Formats: sequence, C-alpha cells, structure tokens
Amino acid sequence: MLKKEMLSIKLESLSHRYQQGTPFEKIALSNITFDIEPGEFLGIAGRSGSGKTTLIQHLNGLLKPTSGRISVNGSLVDPRKMRDLRRQIGLVFQHPEHQLFEETVFRDIAFGLTGAGLSVAEAGDRVRDAITAVGLNEDFLERSPFELSGGEKRRVAIAGVLVMKPSVLVLDEPAAGLDPGGRREIFDFIIKLWRERNITVILATHDMEELARSANRVVVLQHGRVALNGSTREVFHDVEALERAGLEPPQITRLMQKLKKVLPEIKDGILTVDEAVSELKRLYQEGYRWGEYDKRFAYGPLPARQFDAA
Amino acid sequence: MIKDLLMGRYLPGNSMLHRSDPRTKILLTTVFMVLVFLAEGYLSFLLLLSFVLIISSRVGKPLKHALRGVKPILFIALFMIVVNTIAVKGTPLLDYGIFRHLSREGVTLSVLMVLRLFLLLTGASLLTSTTTPISLTDGLEALLKPLKSFKIPVHEAAMMMSIALRFIPVLLDEAERIFKSQASRCADFAFGNPLQRARNYLSVLVPLFVGAFRRADELATAMEARCYRGNAGRTRMKRLELSCADFTCTAVMLVFSSALICIEYVRS
Repeated sequence: MLKKEMLSIKLESLSHRYQQGTPFEKIALSNITFDIEPGEFLGIAGRSGSGKTTLIQHLNGLLKPTSGRISVNGSLVDPRKMRDLRRQIGLVFQHPEHQLFEETVFRDIAFGLTGAGLSVAEAGDRVRDAITAVGLNEDFLERSPFELSGGEKRRVAIAGVLVMKPSVLVLDEPAAGLDPGGRREIFDFIIKLWRERNITVILATHDMEELARSANRVVVLQHGRVALNGSTREVFHDVEALERAGLEPPQITRLMQKLKKVLPEIKDGILTVDEAVSELKRLYQEGYRWGEYDKRFAYGPLPARQFDAA
Repeated sequence: MIKDLLMGRYLPGNSMLHRSDPRTKILLTTVFMVLVFLAEGYLSFLLLLSFVLIISSRVGKPLKHALRGVKPILFIALFMIVVNTIAVKGTPLLDYGIFRHLSREGVTLSVLMVLRLFLLLTGASLLTSTTTPISLTDGLEALLKPLKSFKIPVHEAAMMMSIALRFIPVLLDEAERIFKSQASRCADFAFGNPLQRARNYLSVLVPLFVGAFRRADELATAMEARCYRGNAGRTRMKRLELSCADFTCTAVMLVFSSALICIEYVRS
C-alpha cells in the first residue's frame, strides 16, 4: 500500500475520445497538460460539456487516456494498484447521493473500508470522524440513508469518500441542485477540510463565485482544451478569455472593474465581497477626496456610514 | 464500456432504408427471416450473405461494424458447432483418429446454423439501425391494430415498449455512473472473494433500482400532467405514410426473394 503522503499529479498531453472507432466517436479531451501540486486548492472550471467530468475521472483511473499520460508522484499509474490509488485520491461524483445503498448511514459510509483490514473499533472511529467532517452529527449513523433529505444524503455520500482519508479529494459539482444555504454549507466544510487536514482539493464546477472564494489556482477548460491556467486572480482578471470559454467572473469582480473606470486607484483582481469592502474602506481611510468625483457619479459619493455597516 | 455494445443501435443516416416507413421495414424484415429459414443450399446462403452485406454498406454500416455486432453470439455459435459435430451421426469426417467420431453432416449442419444465426442477427439489426425506437413502436402499433378488435390493448403495449426502449440508454448511463462511483469507493468488481464481490454488485443494483423507480414515478407524473390517458381520442403528430422509398425497397425485396425461391426450387 502506498504510504500516506502528499501526492503530486502530472498530466501530460492527455487526450480522451469516447467510443473510439465507432460512428459515435467524440473527442472529449485533447492535449491537456498541467500539474497538480500537493496541498493546493485547484479549481477546474468550464461550462457543461467542456470535459470537466471526463478529466477528473482520469485522476483515479476510472478512465484511461486515449493518448498521453498521467503520473502520480513521478510514476505511471499501475492498473494492479488501482485500489490503493483510489484510497489516496477520493473522487466524489456529481449527485453522489445516488450511490447510497446500505441499510444504515453507518454501513454506507463504512463501505469503502471493507477489505482495508481495519478493526471494528478503528472503522467506527473513522466513520464518526467522517460524518462530523461533513457537518452532520452521530445521531444520523443509525438511520436509513433513504429517509434523509437531499442535502443530508449528499453529505453522507461525501463522508463515504472521506472515510478512506484520501490525501487528494476530487469533487465534481458538489453543490449542484442544492439551495443557496445548502451550497454555502457544502463549500464551507470543503474549505475547512482543506485548511485543517492538509489535503489537496480539486473542485470541478461552473460556480465562479465559489471558486473565487476558495481556489488558489484555476484551470479553465473549453471544448476539451485548457483555455486558461493560472492563479485565481490572474484567471478572473482575463475577462475576455473567460467569456470566450462561456464563463463569467464573479459579480463583485465585474462591479469593481466597472467602478475602476471612475476610481482608477482601485486595485485589480478583487474576488470577494470582503476584499471589495476592505479595498473601498482603504481608499476612504486614506483620505480619498470623494468630492472630486462627484460629477462623475450619478448618485454622488457614498456616505461613510454604509461602509461602517458593511 | 457498456455503451460500446453496438448491436441494433440506431445509426442516423439518410439512406433509402432510413427514409422508408417502419411498417414496410418490419414486414420486409419478417420476409427476410422466412427466407433465411427457407434457404438450405450453399448458393442461397451466399446470396443471402451478399444481400445483407451490400445493404449494410448502403445504409452506412461497414462490414467491421456488422461483425462487431456479432460478438455476443460468438459463444453460442461455438457451442453449436461443437455439439453438432459431435452429436450428429453420419459419414465420418476423416478416417483417422478422433475425426472418425465427427460427421460430415454435423459440420455442414453447424456451419449452416451459424450462418443462419448471423443472418438473422444482421437482418434484424438492419431494421433497428435504420429505424428510431419511436418509429419502430409506431410501426408495430399500426401493424397490430387489427388485434384491437379482440380487446388487446395494442396502444398501451406499444407505449410500454417505447418507454422501455427509451430508458435503456438512460439506465445504462446511470449504471455506469454508479459503477464508477462505487469503484471510487474501492469496491472491487474483478478480484477478491466471491461473497465480497456479490456485495459490491449489490451496491450498484440497489441504487439502480431506486433510480429506476424514481424515474418511473417522475415519468408517470409528467404523463398525467399532460393529460395522457391511453389511446382514447389520441391523434398523431407524425402520421405514417408510404413513400417512393417504400415501393423501391419492396420491389428489391420481391426480386431478391423470387430469385432465392427459384434457386431453392431448382436445387430440390
């Protein structure tokens, strides 16, 4: 079994075609090359059909590249050691709640541990650890997974992957179809896991607001090719390229870019509301003479107390 | 993976067969199958084979494709050959060793049977690969209409069939997805002890069933919301109409079958 360690994953000119050699052949990925550093929070963005799901299925060997190669820690993936690899790289599918099947939540979460050679007590600890990590409490363990709400089912399913203590966690649209509160909670515990457990997180989504909040680096896919690859700030700064890939930078980024046209002193690459507030506060506290810009603003300068409230 | 099963899958195209009416195609396929069972001489089989292969290539189904579709019956074919050559008594194949127990008649019989199987399969897949499942069931419903006077619910049966056909790819997709997500949770489907593997298959079957029931429920609601109530007073968006293509196909089939029957008649 592989030692518990940080994994670095290298993709080299990876291409994938579905149903090769049939009339239904479809190129899903072509010539993808990038590295995944240990411990980073990587966002994979792209609109539907851009190849996100295909790409991440290569990471734990569910799909084999048609050409090109993937190496984990410098060595090619060995098909005989696939189980070890899958224990190390935990993949959460889109709508993971559809994978639940056991009679109790406990047994469902523990499913991935069978054959791992753990004692009952150890397995129990792992399961309890996993269920608290996804923000549910231990009362859920004895219930049937089919009687839970949609959001709870999804968390149980994610716990079923976390229980194997992967050092790389890959998630495919983990918040698809949830209400805003549910989305926020899911992303919150993912960020918390990443901070506290020293793991690599790879998040495939088209939710730019969440990527702006969480990712260090973003790879944008467009028609199965890498359109952009860089730090989150760099990627979201290139609005034109993002729009060509069918994506939009977060609303607050666009707002601040518009504001910059009248207030050139605003710095580039504001990604979150918090950053925007502190930037505007900074300008205000530096004794920025708002009055000069009165004539450019349709509504006049912003009153100070609104900043305080924020 | 599972989707690579290509046998009988609809292939979009614009050939004569694609354009002709499903009723014509169903009837002509039936005629073809009767011919396959009528044929007994090698010459007729040669004729049938070339007929199927020529038409296959005409509708955009190259030989490679047709052969790939046959893979699933390979095992049955092998089994038939073995059983027939051993079981059928007659003139020995060769007067030497083990070949004395194998009969010439057995070999002939098994070759013909395998050919028959191949012809049936490719003939049927000519129908399904040029006809969408929806128009196939429309055609069946139209052909079975006379049974309505015997109070057989033809429309309902056809609807059930088209729903079943429609959901095969959906369920295959879902099965594949669940399969992969359980594999990501270290479920092993290829190795390990059989009991454990059986349990791992259960982890795919249970969610698949749950999903199928959920879909059935949603579909029933959607149909009711659109006031579906069986065949009562129902009109069709696409009416089945015979066209030039149907007459050409029928003519080709007529010429071919009379040629074949002549050959068989001369042979006997």
